[in-house]
Amino acid sequence: MSGFDIVFLFFAVITIGSAALVVFSKKITHAAFALMFSLFGVAGLYVFLSADFLAAVQIIIYIGGILVLLLFGVLLTVKISSITITTQSTQRIWGAIAGTGLFILVLTIIIRADWFIPEKDPGDIYFTQSRQIGERLMTEYLLPFEIASVLLLAALIGAMFMIRSEDK
Amino acid sequence: MITLDSCLIIGAALFTLGFLAVLTKRNAISVLMGVELILNAANINFVAFGFFRSYEIHGVLIALFVIVIAVSEAAVALAIVLNIYRNMRTVNLDEVDSLKK
Repeated sequence: MSGFDIVFLFFAVITIGSAALVVFSKKITHAAFALMFSLFGVAGLYVFLSADFLAAVQIIIYIGGILVLLLFGVLLTVKISSITITTQSTQRIWGAIAGTGLFILVLTIIIRADWFIPEKDPGDIYFTQSRQIGERLMTEYLLPFEIASVLLLAALIGAMFMIRSEDK
Repeated sequence: MITLDSCLIIGAALFTLGFLAVLTKRNAISVLMGVELILNAANINFVAFGFFRSYEIHGVLIALFVIVIAVSEAAVALAIVLNIYRNMRTVNLDEVDSLKK
């Protein structure tokens, strides 16, 4: 079992374990945060399947967009009394140790790393997938692309129309 | 280790868990989370088949469109859920059973 496999297994366990937490946790805010880790694990799996662009899109759209939307939904629909709002911090010492340790670890990696120096002509290697996706979207997949943009516009207008308040 | 089968197994587990959430959860937003898990499972399958069974990037492109549809679904469904909450003061799906007030 190589390190590659171990990291793959790690992402798989994160994905499925967090998804199980989404299903079986009692508190909905916990479920929402577990969903975040699950989506993050899926983004990691995309990297293993050499879908780098899709991994970035997954993090930006799912974690940055959909999850925030779901959390808004949670906060707007639960009764205020059922949320226990805690702003106190606990376990400061362990948090400080973990934070400093992580920073030192990252710092060591940055200093020790033998950063890759590109050749004169990078060619197609770096942007293979993004470039391919862009070209395909503008040629072969132009009709689905346009339909998707119309769908997004319709969803935007529909959501705004439904959510507006009734009183003039 | 990283083969088509292992990716499909991960996708299947994710799909099953999402399906379980859709079936068993009372809160409408938890059901939406289950739907997101199902869409992610489908995406993993698209990308895995695209990676292991073809030299093209159709799988990634289809997955992109699935993400677009997931976004529209989440926005519209949350608007509906908030409207249900405004009208009935609850989002528990077993209590939302009347067709009109």
